[in-house]
Amino acid sequence: MKAVVRHRLFWPAVMLVVLLIGNTFYSPSFLKVTLRDGHFYGSLVDILRSATPLALVALGMTVVIATAGIDLSVGSVMAISGATACLWISELGDQNAVGGVLVAVALALLLSLVLGVWNGFLVAAIGIQPIIATLILMVAGRGIAQLITGGQIITVNSSPYKVIGAGYALAIPVSVIIVAVFVAVAAVLVRRSALGLLVESVGGNPTASRLAGIKSARYIWIAYVFAGLCAGIAGLIFSSNVSSADGNNAGNLIELDAILAVVIGGTALTGGRFSIAGSILGAVVIKTLDITIYTVGVPTSSTLLFKAIVVIALCLAQSPAFRAKFARRRSAAEATA
Amino acid sequence: MFRKVATAALGGLLVAAALTACGGADESGSGNDDGKLTMGFAQVGAESGWRTANTKSVQEAAAAAGIELKFSDAQQKQENQIKAIRSYIAQKVDVIAFSPVVETGWDQVLKEAKDAKIPVILTDRAVDSKDTSLYKTFIGSDFVLEGKKAGEWLVKEYQGKSDTVNIVELQGTTGSAPANDRKSGFADVIKADPKFKVIASQTGEFTRAKGKEVMEAFLKANPKIDVLYAHNDDMGLGAIEAIEAAGKKPGVDIKIITVDAVKDGMTALAAGKINFIVECSPLLGPQLMDLAKKVVAGETVPQRVLTEETTFTPEQAKAVLPERKY
Repeated sequence: MKAVVRHRLFWPAVMLVVLLIGNTFYSPSFLKVTLRDGHFYGSLVDILRSATPLALVALGMTVVIATAGIDLSVGSVMAISGATACLWISELGDQNAVGGVLVAVALALLLSLVLGVWNGFLVAAIGIQPIIATLILMVAGRGIAQLITGGQIITVNSSPYKVIGAGYALAIPVSVIIVAVFVAVAAVLVRRSALGLLVESVGGNPTASRLAGIKSARYIWIAYVFAGLCAGIAGLIFSSNVSSADGNNAGNLIELDAILAVVIGGTALTGGRFSIAGSILGAVVIKTLDITIYTVGVPTSSTLLFKAIVVIALCLAQSPAFRAKFARRRSAAEATA
Repeated sequence: MFRKVATAALGGLLVAAALTACGGADESGSGNDDGKLTMGFAQVGAESGWRTANTKSVQEAAAAAGIELKFSDAQQKQENQIKAIRSYIAQKVDVIAFSPVVETGWDQVLKEAKDAKIPVILTDRAVDSKDTSLYKTFIGSDFVLEGKKAGEWLVKEYQGKSDTVNIVELQGTTGSAPANDRKSGFADVIKADPKFKVIASQTGEFTRAKGKEVMEAFLKANPKIDVLYAHNDDMGLGAIEAIEAAGKKPGVDIKIITVDAVKDGMTALAAGKINFIVECSPLLGPQLMDLAKKVVAGETVPQRVLTEETTFTPEQAKAVLPERKY
């Protein structure tokens, strides 16, 4: 029992359950999942589906943070990726041509990889501080995305493209399948090979790792490229979900949500040990919180306050120092009484 | 080596900046002498399709009216806009027009313009300055009126029926003037009849993605929704996707009212997926140029000028869609 409570994912999991149960008071059928038009339908499906872009971005962010870095440019990369794909599709003669859509997707992912390489180059090769290096692309990338879209929202009418973010396969949302596969592959790669250990050692102590013969720069570089790819796929899901690319708003401020997801998941911002499962859970908790606000009907003027209170409560519950203090005070009070 | 290259590049940039600055200064001398009216226009940025259409309208109207336009893009930053206005004052333009990025903090620079005897016209957005003598007039949409028009259509649509009408509302960015005003204008009109009930109202932040996400939750939490009122077309378009995914027919099972009338919205309206759109027109260029001419000639103009706007039903949308510019 004690081991369960001490587990770093215990409190986020509790928060998730509390939010889900809380919702049923306002919407009794909240937890119900039914089959409609041949696919699963319900609030739980919505939560998973709308959490997919954030979960992917958080996955990339986790690995970057494990190397003691940070990637602020993920939102801009998302916008660029979606804009590239939609621009390409909108110029196709037949927007429903699967081949053309595949080219658009490949192009967008290639561009995301290049942007990841750029970030990695600034951090690993030039040695610029990660927060500054990625800030460059965060700001400039937004401009690039707007340049691609021409300041307009590009709307596409392509059923193959729509499948990525809004389609279903075997009654399950395709975006959820994509993320599940991606997370599984990443987890196997870092936990079944030495890759995860090497990344953690680089983040924990870069100098010691280098002296031990680990090529730190190489792993840092890989982390940023991976984060770029994750953000690129997230951008495709995001834009495909609404069949349009919005250079100005897509992925706006998602880097902060992703960092929050990583922190909720128990990975320290100082680098070193990381938890992929934790970050995914963190992303789901954040999205559940969003959906709770809509379902419960929190007035718009106080939604940010509501979010802040939940997040503060969660972080305090997670903090061992706070829990220790709280426990000590309670036992002291019991002793005097 | 790297440092040397960087220094050289930076130096080059500075020289280039200095050169363009000189170019600007030279131009200003010629602006006033040829009898042609010169207008300095400080735009917010290019953050949306609406804004881009607004910019185009101003540029085209200036060319058509024979007014020389000095245009600057503030990229959504107030300090850039203040800088642009100061440079217009230094260049002695005949009239300054601008869409303030935010409502506050304009007194100082507007006073400078007043001291230089250059009239100022506000477009699209207002400033909260108490001293109304700092600007000549404000031309733009009345967001409260837009909300009222949306409400009036709804009242007419459900005339003679006594059943409760369940309404869900997608608000714009929390705290923004269009969101506040479109909400209050709409509420004012429908509160006269108790059958109209706004059962849920959340912000969709003016974007399609949020519009879809919020509508999905609304559909799950409220089994019976009759009407959706979205503060802009984009949120409405996102919501349409959510409604379709829930197996309902937008425009039929759930009636949809939006504001803006951008091309994508009009396309959905013509297809019957939206029932009614209240126009919020960015095409205020011609009206602005008329005002500018009057102001410079010393004629009195009203303190508040409304943009010429209309509303659209599906039939009207079909008629105007082919030549819709934005």
